[in-house]
Amino acid sequence: MNCSATDCLLELYDEQHELEDYQSGVPRWCTDCGDNAILAAVQRLCRDEGLRPEKTVFVSGIGCSSRFPHYMKTYGFHGIHGRALPIAEGVKMVRPDLTVFVNTGDGDCCSIGAAHWIHAIRYNMNLTVFLHDNQIYGLTKKQASPTSPIGTKSNTTPRGSYLDALNPLSVTLGVANASFVAQAVDWIPESLFEIVKAAYHHKGLSFVRILQRCPEWLPKSLDPWMQDPDRIQLLHHENALHLSAGLAKTYRNQLLHDPLDMNRAREIASSEDVIPVGILYQNRDIPRYEETRQTGVLRTTETVRKGFEAELDKYTV
Amino acid sequence: MNAPETASKAGNKTITTLKEHIIEIISDSGEGAQRCGQSLGSIAARMGNGIWTTEIIPAEIRPPARSVAGASGNRIRIGSGYVTNGGDQTDLVVAFNEQVLLGRVRARELKPGCIIFLESLWRKHPDLNVSMAYIEAHDRLLAAGHRVIEFPMEQECQLLNADPKRGKNMFALGMLCYLYSFELQMARDQIALTFGKKAQSTIDANVKLLEAGHQWGEANLDFSFCIPATPAARPQIVTNGNTALALGVMASGMELCSMYPITPATSASHYLSEVFEQVGGIVHQAEDEIAACAFAIGASYASKCTVTITSGPGYSLKQEAIGLAVMAEIPLVVVNVQRGGPSTGQPTKVEQGDLMCAIFGSHGDAPKVVMAAATIEDCFYSIITARKIAEAFNMVVVVLTDASLSSSQQPFNRPQFNESWLAPPFDQSPVPEGARAYDWDATSGLARRFVPGQPGGMHTVTGLAHDRDSHVAYDPDINQESLRARSLKLAALQKTLTAPEVFGDEFGDGSGDLLVVGWGSTKGGIEEAVESLRAEGKKVSSIHLRFLQPMQPGIKEIMQRFKKVMTIETNWSDSPDEEIIDESNRRYSSLATLLRSRCLIDVDCWSEVRGQPIKPSTIRRIVLAKLTGKESAPLSS
Repeated sequence: MNCSATDCLLELYDEQHELEDYQSGVPRWCTDCGDNAILAAVQRLCRDEGLRPEKTVFVSGIGCSSRFPHYMKTYGFHGIHGRALPIAEGVKMVRPDLTVFVNTGDGDCCSIGAAHWIHAIRYNMNLTVFLHDNQIYGLTKKQASPTSPIGTKSNTTPRGSYLDALNPLSVTLGVANASFVAQAVDWIPESLFEIVKAAYHHKGLSFVRILQRCPEWLPKSLDPWMQDPDRIQLLHHENALHLSAGLAKTYRNQLLHDPLDMNRAREIASSEDVIPVGILYQNRDIPRYEETRQTGVLRTTETVRKGFEAELDKYTV
Repeated sequence: MNAPETASKAGNKTITTLKEHIIEIISDSGEGAQRCGQSLGSIAARMGNGIWTTEIIPAEIRPPARSVAGASGNRIRIGSGYVTNGGDQTDLVVAFNEQVLLGRVRARELKPGCIIFLESLWRKHPDLNVSMAYIEAHDRLLAAGHRVIEFPMEQECQLLNADPKRGKNMFALGMLCYLYSFELQMARDQIALTFGKKAQSTIDANVKLLEAGHQWGEANLDFSFCIPATPAARPQIVTNGNTALALGVMASGMELCSMYPITPATSASHYLSEVFEQVGGIVHQAEDEIAACAFAIGASYASKCTVTITSGPGYSLKQEAIGLAVMAEIPLVVVNVQRGGPSTGQPTKVEQGDLMCAIFGSHGDAPKVVMAAATIEDCFYSIITARKIAEAFNMVVVVLTDASLSSSQQPFNRPQFNESWLAPPFDQSPVPEGARAYDWDATSGLARRFVPGQPGGMHTVTGLAHDRDSHVAYDPDINQESLRARSLKLAALQKTLTAPEVFGDEFGDGSGDLLVVGWGSTKGGIEEAVESLRAEGKKVSSIHLRFLQPMQPGIKEIMQRFKKVMTIETNWSDSPDEEIIDESNRRYSSLATLLRSRCLIDVDCWSEVRGQPIKPSTIRRIVLAKLTGKESAPLSS
C-alpha cells in the first residue's frame, strides 16, 4: 500500500502505544491456561510494532481461545464455531489496509472448521493465524478433539479416545500454497513471542500452532515435554529464528533448518518424541489471494456507471 | 384467448393475425434449442412484441439422446402487448426428435390442435427401432388432432455443408422468423449479437443457416402468422431474472459477491464473474455455502456490504451464519433463488417453498427482512433496495426469487442509473467521545455502527448475548433489552412501508367477492387470471406482497373488504379433500399461514408443486370455483 503525504504526517504525530492500550477487560480464562501466555505475547507484539488499535482486527470462532478478541482493545469479531477463517478472509479481502489476526482452537480449526482451514491455506491471504491447540474441548467441558492423543480419556471417550491424533502441522504442510508454518509452546515465552513476531511479519497466511496447556481438563498431558527440555527441539536458521544465548543454554536440542526445505519441514512436523519449536516452513513468494484478485479498476461512480450502461446496451432491444 | 383476429390471403398463402402465440423449441441437450428459443424471444422483443421465455431444462447435463425426460429447450410466449407470464398451453412446437416431444405431450403442455414441426430425418433412420418409434409417434400425434408438419432440418442443413448437429437451431430460427413475419434483418442482428465473441466466419455460417430456414419456410409453407406489436414508449432491455439480479448487484454499490455453485442461482454469479471486475467488483467462489456466507459477513463487517447468492440447500447451510449477522447487527444481503425442496428436491424446477425458512430460519429469535421479487424487473431493483435497507437498519435482508424468474426472459424499461444507488448509507463521521457499540434507540432499536478503521469505535462484535458495549452479557435484563432492540428494527422499517396496491380496483373502493393474495413469481399469472375474470364481470381482485417480513401495513384492512380471501402459491398445502385432513390438521400454504396468524382472517389457499409456473388458466379455474363456492376446498368457518 502506498502512503499519502498526509498519512505520513499523521504517522509522525501518532502516539506511542503502551501495553494497556491493547488490553481490554480481565481475561476469564483459568489460571495457568496457555491462552494467557498467547495473549501476553500478542499484546507485546502490538505494542512493539506500534499497531494502530483501530486498524487491527482479531477474528475468532468459538471455544475458550476464541474469547481472545474480547481481551484486546482493538476491533474484534467473535464469530461462530469453525468459521473464523472465512470471516477473516472477508475482512481482509475488502480491507487490505487492516491487520487481521485469527484465533482458533483445535476443535474450531481442525474439526468443525477443517474445510475452511484447508482452503484458507490455499488462499494464502495475509492473515496471522494462531491455532491455540490444547488437545481438548474446554468450553464444552472435556471432549476429545482431533488433536487429542489416542487414549485420551474424556467425557465422550471415557475409556480413552479411539483414533490417532491429527497433526495440524503435517496437514497444513500438505496443502497447496502453504507459505508459513510454525510451532510454539506456551511455556517458552521468549520463543513464543519471536514466532508470533515472525508470523506477523510474514506476508501471506502465517499458521502458528501453539501447543498449550489446559490446566482444567488435561493438566498433565504436556508434562513430559515441559519437564525435559531436551524433548523440545529448537529450530533455527539465518533466514528464520536466531537463538538467544539464554534460550540456547536451556534448550540444547537445536536443529539448523532451512525454512524453504519443504521435505525436511514435513519430516520435522511428524516428530513424535520431540516437539519442534520454530519456523518449519516459510516461502515468501506465494501469491496472496487478495492481491491476485485485485481488479486494478479504480472504482468511482463514473466507472460503475459506464460499466453498467455498457452492459445494459447489450440487453437493450 | 388467442383466437385468430383476421386471416388474409396473399396469393395461395394465408397470413393469420394473432393476439399472441406460445411456441416451444425442444431438442436433446446440446442441440441448441435453448439458443434458438432465446434468440426468437429477443427478435420478437426487438419487433416490439411482449414476450416471456421459459427454459425447459433436464436435470442432467447430457441426458441420453432421444429420451422422453431429456427435453431441453425454450418456450416463448409472444404477444401483441405486455406479457407478464408464461401463459397456458403451447400453440406451436419445433421438435428435433419425437421422443423429447412425447415428454411434453405427457406433461399435457400442448394445446389441442397444436402445430408441430417435427424433424423428419428419423423416418428413414437405419435403426428400425428408431424409425418405427418415429412413425408411431407421428401417427399418434396426427390421430390426437395435432397438425404435424415434417420438417427436414438435417437434410436441408446438409445441403449447406454445415454440421447439422450444430446448425439446425439456426435453420429452425429462420423458419420461425418467416412463420411469424419477423424482419430477417433483425434476426441477422440478433445472431451477430449472440455470437459476438466468436469469429466472423461463425457469424456468417449461422446467418446462412438462418436465411436457408427462412427460404425453406417461404417455399414450403402456405400459411404464416403476424402478431402486431405495440412498441413500448421507453427503451426496453430483455434479460432473465438472474441477469437482472446480477445487474442489480452491479448497480447496488456492493463490491463483492461471495457464493458457492448451486442451481438455479449460479448463472447470476456466472454473469457477474464476467462483468463485475470491470467496475472494480469481485465474485468470490468460496469453499462451501457456509464459508460463502461467513466471508460475506466478514466483508460487510469491515464496511463493504456484501451479497451472497444461493438456492434452498445453500440457504439452509447458511442459517447459523445468518443468525450471527442478525445478532451482531451486520448488514448482509442474501439472495435465495428458490427451487423445489426439501433436500435436493427439484433443482431446476420452480417452487416457493422457502418462505417460512427465510423468515423463521436460524435458531432463536433472528429477525430479518424478507423481500420477494415478483417480476424480472423486480430482481434488479430488489437488490438495490435490499442493500439500502441492510445498511440503514444493520440487518440481514433476504431476497427471494425462484427458478421461474431466474431463467425466464421478459422485456422491461431500461433502468436509469442513479448515483444514489452507490452511496454508502452509513454514517462515517468521527466516532463521538464515549460512543457505544450498540447504543440502541429506545423507540426504533437502531444503533449507529462503527467499523474497523474508525478511531475510538473499537469493540468486539460477538454472537454471544451482549450489552451496549458489545461485552458478553451475564445479566438477564441485557438479553431482554437486546432482543427487543433487534425486533423493533423490523417495526421501524415497517413504518416506512405503504399498503400494497389492489389489482383490479377500477372503482377505487377496493372491495369485492374474492381477493387473491400472492407473492413472488406468480404475479403475472394471477393478474392475468384476475383481469380476464373481471372482464367477465366477476368481482375478484388481487394484491401481491413484495415484503413478507415485515409485512406492509393495511393488508388486513384490504382483506376485510372482500367476502373471501385466498392465496395462490407454489408451495405445499394439504387439500381439504383428503380423507384425514380437516381444520385441525390441515397445513396451509406459507403465505396463507402467515396471513391467518397475523390478521386473524380466514384466508384459504390453493397451491401446487408440479415444478412449473402455475398457468393463468389454472388460476382462473381455481378462482372461479372459489367464487361460486363450488370449489373442492370448503370454506372453513
